[in-house]
Amino acid sequence: MFTLVPFVVFRYSFFNVDSLHIHHFPHRPFVESFEETPLLVAVLTYMGYGILTIFGYLRDFLRDWKFEKCHLAREREEQKDFVPLYQDFENFYTRNLYMRIRDNWNRPICSVPGAKMDLLERVTPDYNWTFEHTGNVLKDVINMGSYNYLGFAENTGTCADAASECTVKYGVGVSSTRQEIGNLDKHEELEILVARFLGVESSMAFGMGFATNSMNIPALTGKGCLILSDELNHASLVLGARLSGSTIRVFKHNNMQSLEKLLRDAIVHGQPRTHRPWKKILILVEGIYSMEGSIVRLPEVIALKKKYKAYLYLDEAHSIGALGPRGRGVVDYFGLDPSDVDIMMGTFTKSFGAAGGYIGGKKELIDYLRLHSHSTVYATSMSPPIIQQIITSMKCIMGEDGSTLGQERLCQLSENTTYFRRRLHEMGFIIYGNNDSPVVPLMLYMPAKIGAFGREMLKRNIGTVVVGFPATPIIESRARFCVSAAHTREMLDKALNAISEVGDLLQLKYSRKNRHGNEGSDSFSFLESHQD
Amino acid sequence: MASGQQWVLVEMVQAFYEAPAYHLILEGILILWIIRLLFSKTYKLQERSDLTEKEKEELIEEWQPEPLVPLVSKDHPSLNYDVVTGFVSAVSGHISEEMNLPPSHKIIVNGKECVNFASFNFLGLLESERVKLKALSSLKKYGVGTCGPRGFYGTFDVHLELEERLAKFMRTEEAIIYSYGFATIASAIPAYSKRGDIIFVDEAACFSIQKGLQASRSFIKYFKHNDMEDLERLLKEQEIEDQKNPRKAKVIRRFIVIEGLYINTADLCPLPELVKLKYKYKVRIFLEESMSFGVLGEHGRGVTEHFGVNIDDIDLISANMENALASIGGFCCGRSFVIDHQRLSGQGYCFSASLPPMLAAAAIEALNIMEEDPGLFRVLRDKCKHVHKALQGTPGLKVVGEPLAPALHLQLENSSGSRTDDLKLLRAIVDYSLDRQIALTLARYLDKEERFLPPPSIRVVVTVEQTQEEIERAAQCIRQAAEKILK
Repeated sequence: MFTLVPFVVFRYSFFNVDSLHIHHFPHRPFVESFEETPLLVAVLTYMGYGILTIFGYLRDFLRDWKFEKCHLAREREEQKDFVPLYQDFENFYTRNLYMRIRDNWNRPICSVPGAKMDLLERVTPDYNWTFEHTGNVLKDVINMGSYNYLGFAENTGTCADAASECTVKYGVGVSSTRQEIGNLDKHEELEILVARFLGVESSMAFGMGFATNSMNIPALTGKGCLILSDELNHASLVLGARLSGSTIRVFKHNNMQSLEKLLRDAIVHGQPRTHRPWKKILILVEGIYSMEGSIVRLPEVIALKKKYKAYLYLDEAHSIGALGPRGRGVVDYFGLDPSDVDIMMGTFTKSFGAAGGYIGGKKELIDYLRLHSHSTVYATSMSPPIIQQIITSMKCIMGEDGSTLGQERLCQLSENTTYFRRRLHEMGFIIYGNNDSPVVPLMLYMPAKIGAFGREMLKRNIGTVVVGFPATPIIESRARFCVSAAHTREMLDKALNAISEVGDLLQLKYSRKNRHGNEGSDSFSFLESHQD
Repeated sequence: MASGQQWVLVEMVQAFYEAPAYHLILEGILILWIIRLLFSKTYKLQERSDLTEKEKEELIEEWQPEPLVPLVSKDHPSLNYDVVTGFVSAVSGHISEEMNLPPSHKIIVNGKECVNFASFNFLGLLESERVKLKALSSLKKYGVGTCGPRGFYGTFDVHLELEERLAKFMRTEEAIIYSYGFATIASAIPAYSKRGDIIFVDEAACFSIQKGLQASRSFIKYFKHNDMEDLERLLKEQEIEDQKNPRKAKVIRRFIVIEGLYINTADLCPLPELVKLKYKYKVRIFLEESMSFGVLGEHGRGVTEHFGVNIDDIDLISANMENALASIGGFCCGRSFVIDHQRLSGQGYCFSASLPPMLAAAAIEALNIMEEDPGLFRVLRDKCKHVHKALQGTPGLKVVGEPLAPALHLQLENSSGSRTDDLKLLRAIVDYSLDRQIALTLARYLDKEERFLPPPSIRVVVTVEQTQEEIERAAQCIRQAAEKILK
């Protein structure tokens, strides 16, 4: 513990200094904030993890020496002398930290994942090692966790009816790949529609969003190419980049100076050791980063890309349908030209309430992918009712179904986002990310509060998502809210009141800016933080 | 004190006079050398040439990247896919009607209605009304998408039910579901095998296994297809390596990855011998059963039931639900000790949205049908034997695959030497058959990415729905096509 304090102080000097970015892109103010971690909170968080680690060692010791009953599954008797499948220390975190608060994840639901959902009640007789379903259903829990940005997760309405019709007409399965005999006319219809939606020449759809990245990046780059990837890119982008065999260099999150430096160094010095010029340079960025809530600085990235002749791969998993006045994603949000982005990738899971992913771009690109993408050759094509759901919801957003439902939902989402973020900020929580992003991370920091927050919110009938290590840096655990167009003002108010209550209970209101009242509950006001 | 210092100085001078000559010369040379080193320029290990700003700008101006994708010729044979529609227009008199015909046993390819010998619809469940009704009722309850990964409110009671049912059906402790068939084994392998571990793989392993191996970054050793002696040789070599470094050997994990029914060669793996090798050399077995699940075995439990091997001997069984179960997605099953690990470290499970509930409901209903009627599997096996026999003796084409395999390959007996020409000939046979209302397809591969590229072939798939008469007609048609085209 003695080494911890100097370590913390040393580490503290590298924390992201209170970052508040205000830019003025044409037509749009860009306000992002990542308030810095207060020093006392950081110290307490490290102490918390230290205590948990000590207890973890103690419990492991007790389990080894049979003082405590071991709930873990064990290897078979016949295979006891095989090389162990897992190293003990690999699972240390899982056994001793994750298990304690495991009930906050994998909560089973039994209804539409809309604005309100029904959860199956689970109890655990042995501290989260096993769960039993009591058979009760927690009804009408407000859903702040599902990626349902435009509210298309519904079982009634035009989308559901169209999907039902399609099931009757085409069946559920396809049992063949696109290149063999699994290419339905519905796939072609979908691809033409997606291309029109995005404003690109041509597009291609795949059955799984994760697989879209991991199977197509290897088809585009190979040995001798360079991939510049953002620090906080999603696992699918990282896996795709690794499988391609190219050299990967990472630039700081959303930091254009870091990216420019890497680009210049790469072109000037060429490949490592041989100094041959790179064949291609591909920049991987996401539209909205789901753990930070930040939006990529697309105008600057495009300017850099044009200057240095690199190619841009934009992963709009969360931003398609959720950003922009017409819902066409981050390109629409900044008012840019879609043909500037070489490869536009996105998923249908979030705003369209279906499953799958797509890639859009120039016709040559898509023709090449039709031949060389791993998915078209080896993976079964998409299921017809899913395609129909995407087609109906996309037409709704574009306004082609004759109603204004799409436009209303887009406005509602935007209003909900602004209201939710403003209220949380006023209450004094530390919120990360851009003011316009519907993904709202609320900082918790301490490991005990992760579990407490999730459970307390469920008691008040609000379903939230909490994330800790390893999805986030170890001391920056957070709760993540996904605002939806299906949330009404009353639901948001109810959620906000509950959050405020729990925030007071757990002392989560760490922020030191824009405090409206509540000075008495700020126990850190005597500490001074670095203001920029 | 001055006298002490002087005395030391005197001593030094005296030593100087008394030293032998060579000693003085050597010391002198060393001193000169040190002075030279001190004043010479420092030697940089990695020469970062100090380019001026202007030179850097010039380099940046000059650099031209390759085009993002190479040009694809417009008449590339695989560029235009065959289009399957869900309805056919029948014009009778002046009225054009649309008949509903979902793609299943009868399939409409490029506008022509054909008998389906190309999709992996082994148990004919693509057009089952029961499955469709269950999917519809699930749609009415849950909507279409799940809007989240399994960890964040994407776990539905349907998923839990499907996992329980699969585990019970396969008689294992636990099962885990993935939302994409390809991603199943490709996420399972890297979850257990990391850098430094060793994996022994059959050469004919399918592409998703190869991607899983690539993602795991382990040492891969290929053994010749179904050749147990070759595998034993590799295992013995590894044993010798182990004895050289026993401490390292205690932490390196070893795996054998095999398929039950290989998709590329349509034959079975010798499972009992593999289990013997497993216990002899202490290697774990991962079995990929996409083609054999729902096909082999008395109750359709796959190759373990077929050979009578105890299912606990296999560490992990992975299969996709897109063939026999006619749904979408995949699953892994095995003991809880093994499967539970994937819930936190299977990339395709943790970082991807879960399977849409209507597809899970369809899979459950398909499982119900499989459990109620085990006679289906015997019927399928008989039909497979029948097709295998009927296709024998086609001039110019040889049948690759075992009589029990539901997906056979027809390869050219005499290759023309060039793969593109072979593919053209086979495509001509496929087109000929399509004209005569038999839907066939070429087996597709990524030529540059496959490690051991199989020879070009036509895929013939057997399903329970095909009648005797249709099988005869298809065999006849292929024979005629071969005679005509492969003269």
